Amino acid sequence: MPPRILTEKCNGCEGLPESRCEEACPGNLMVVDAATGKARCRCTRDCWDCMSCTKACPRAAIETRIPYQLGYHKASLRPIMGKEHITWKCVDIHGVETTYKYRNRLAVAPAIRTDKDA
Amino acid sequence: MANRKASRAVDIAPRSLAEVRTETVECDLLIIGGGNAGCFVATEAKRLDPSLRVVIMEKAEIMRSGACSAGMDALNTYIPEGKTPEDLVRWSRAQVGGGPLREDLALSNAEELNEAIDDLERWGLPILRDENGKIRYRGKWDISIHGEQLKPIMAEKAIEAGAEVYNRVVGTGLLMDGGRCVGAMGLGVRDGAFHVFRAKSVVVSTGGAGTLYKSYTADSTDSGAQIWMCPYCVGSGYAMGFRQGAELSSLEQRWVATRTKDFCGPVDTISVGYKAPIINCKDERVMSRYAHLGGDAAPRFIRANAPMEEWLAGRGPCYCDTRNMAPELVQAMMTDYLNERPSFVLFLASRGQDVTKEPIEIYGSDPYIMGGHTMGGFWVDMQRMTTVPGLFAAGETAGGNPNKFVGGCAAEGKLAARGAIAYMAAGLETPDEAAVSAQVESEKARVFAPLLRGKDYDGVTPTEMKERLQRLMDEYAGGSSQFYRTNEERLDYALRHIKMLQSQFAYLKAADLHDLMQANETMDRVDVAEAVVHHLKARRETRWAGWQTRSDYPGRDDANFDCFVETRRDPATGEVTAFTRPYEQLVPGDRFKA
Repeated sequence: MPPRILTEKCNGCEGLPESRCEEACPGNLMVVDAATGKARCRCTRDCWDCMSCTKACPRAAIETRIPYQLGYHKASLRPIMGKEHITWKCVDIHGVETTYKYRNRLAVAPAIRTDKDA
Repeated sequence: MANRKASRAVDIAPRSLAEVRTETVECDLLIIGGGNAGCFVATEAKRLDPSLRVVIMEKAEIMRSGACSAGMDALNTYIPEGKTPEDLVRWSRAQVGGGPLREDLALSNAEELNEAIDDLERWGLPILRDENGKIRYRGKWDISIHGEQLKPIMAEKAIEAGAEVYNRVVGTGLLMDGGRCVGAMGLGVRDGAFHVFRAKSVVVSTGGAGTLYKSYTADSTDSGAQIWMCPYCVGSGYAMGFRQGAELSSLEQRWVATRTKDFCGPVDTISVGYKAPIINCKDERVMSRYAHLGGDAAPRFIRANAPMEEWLAGRGPCYCDTRNMAPELVQAMMTDYLNERPSFVLFLASRGQDVTKEPIEIYGSDPYIMGGHTMGGFWVDMQRMTTVPGLFAAGETAGGNPNKFVGGCAAEGKLAARGAIAYMAAGLETPDEAAVSAQVESEKARVFAPLLRGKDYDGVTPTEMKERLQRLMDEYAGGSSQFYRTNEERLDYALRHIKMLQSQFAYLKAADLHDLMQANETMDRVDVAEAVVHHLKARRETRWAGWQTRSDYPGRDDANFDCFVETRRDPATGEVTAFTRPYEQLVPGDRFKA
C-alpha cells in the first residue's frame, strides 16, 4: 500500500490545474477522486515507492508505506523540502527517530549572464 | 520554451475512433523520453542551434520522470586525474568479461564524459569534495553525489534551453517515410488525444526495460513494482524501433545485479562505497571464492551472480556485512540511500533493523534490458543513428556500450544531438503525405482499440497479460526463480507462448486512459520479450553467467561467439531473424584486465 493519503490533510490541490501528486508521479498513478475531492493511488501494487508524490505534496498529506508483505507496521519516513536542503525524519517500528539533513542543490549563477553581471 | 503541463485525468469513453482528437505538432528534432539522456539531447541541440524547434514527448512529467525520479547517490564513472578515456574503456571491457563491446562507441562516450558531469555540477548538482576541493572518489571510477534533485536539475535545464515538453504523452509508434523515421506518435494519457509529432529527426531515449520478468516480490501482493529498475520504463523505445526494422544488439546481455533482499535497493552503495564485504550464512567472504577473477573487484556479472550461487549451493542467505561500520559511516550510507532510493531507509525502519547489529541481506534482481548498464539496445553508428535513417538512440536505448550510467547517458545525449543535427544539415526529402496520414490512422486505431472495446468486453486486461508474460519470462527465459538459467527447449517454449500473446493483443481491453496506456505498454513488453528470447537463443554459450546463462551450453565458446548477437524484425511480416556482427578490439591491452 505505498502512498497512504491522509485524507484530513488532503484538499486535492483545489484550484490548481493538476494536483501536485498527480503531476509528480512517474507512473501516472495518483489521481484526485471526483467524488471525494481527495487524492488516491489508482493501483498501489504498481507503485515504485520513489516518494516523488510524498516530496511534492504541499500539505504533507501523503505518507509512503512499505507493503506489509515486505516490512512491518509501522515505520515512517517524512521528507521536508527546503530550497537547497532536504530534511528527512525517519521513525522505525520501535519508535526510534533519526533525522537526516543535507544539501541537495548548489546555488548556481543565472544561466544567462548579462554585461551587468560581469 | 515551455513545459506544457498536463491536465487532471479526464474520463473519456469514445464510441468510435472519429471521437478521438488528433493533435499534430511539427518540429525539427523530436526527443522521445525526457530522462537523463533526453534532457542532454535537448540542451546540446539548442546550444548548437538555438533556432531548432526541439520537442520532448514525455510519458510522465519531466521533473520526476523515469529511472532518475527517486534521485541518485553516485555517478559511477568520472575519469580521475592521471587516467585516460582509453583506461575507462579497458575497465568497462574487463567489467563485461573482456567483451565483446563496441569500443568505438565506448571511447567516444568516454571522451565526452567528464564535461557532461561538469555540466551537472554547474547546473547545481552537489558532488561531494574533500577539504581541498578535490572530488571524493567512492571506488576507482565512481564519485558520490547528493543527487536527490538530479532529475529536476536536468529537466529545468532542458526547458531553460528552449525545449518544448509535452508531458503525459506515451510514445507508441514511429512515423515512417519509406525506410526513414520522420516522427513519432503517442497517446495523451490525460487529455485522451492522439498526438502526432512530425520531425526531421528523432532521438529515442525512453530508458531501459524493467518489468519483462517477474520479480520475486510480486507474489500477488502490494509489491508488484518493487523492483530496482524504474517499473515505468517498460522498453517502449525498443519496441517502437524494432517494429519498424531497427536492429537490436546484445539483448541477451541482460542487467542482473545483486540487490538488497525483499526491497530491490542498490548494493554497490554498501559493498563498494562502504567496503562492507559480501558474506554467506557461514560468515565466509563470498568473493574470496572468486579471487582468481579479481575477488571484490571481479567483473560485475560475477559479483552479481556470486550470492545466487551461494544460495544454490545451500550457503544462503547472503549479506553485506555492515556490522563493523562506524556510526558516522552508517549515517553517510543512509544519506546515500535517501538520495537514490529513499524508501530503502523506510524499509530498514519497517524491519526495525540496526545495520550495525544485523547485516543487510542481498539477493539477485529480476533481469532488465538496459543499454546504459549492460549493452542491450539499438545497434548505432558513431553518430548514434540506428539502422533506421533519421532514428537516433541515446542512453539505455543505445546498445553495444555498457557501463554508461548517468554520466555516460548524459554524454551520449550530446553525441546523439550532434548526430541528429548533422543528419538534418545534409538535407532531407519531403515525406510522402498520403503514406504519413495512412500510418497516423492505422496507429491510432491500433493504440485506441482496447479502449474502444471497453471494460465490459469479454477480453483480457493489460495486467493479466503483463503478468502472464512476466511469469513466462521468469520460468522459461532465465528469471530469478530459475537462477537466471535457461536452455534451447525452454526458450522455444517461451517463443511459442509469446506468439500466442501477440495473437491475443486483439482481446486487450481498457477501462480508462490509464488502462489504455498499460495495454500499449504490455504490447511493447511482449514485442521486446520476443527479441530478448531470440537473443538468448542465438548465443549458444555462457559468456556472462547470471546475465546470460545457458545450462545446455555452460562454457564460453570464443570460436563461435566472440561477437555481437543481433536481431531484426521484418516490419512487413513481423518475422524476427538473429545474426552476428564481429567484435573489433580498438583499445590495446589484455581484454580481461583493467
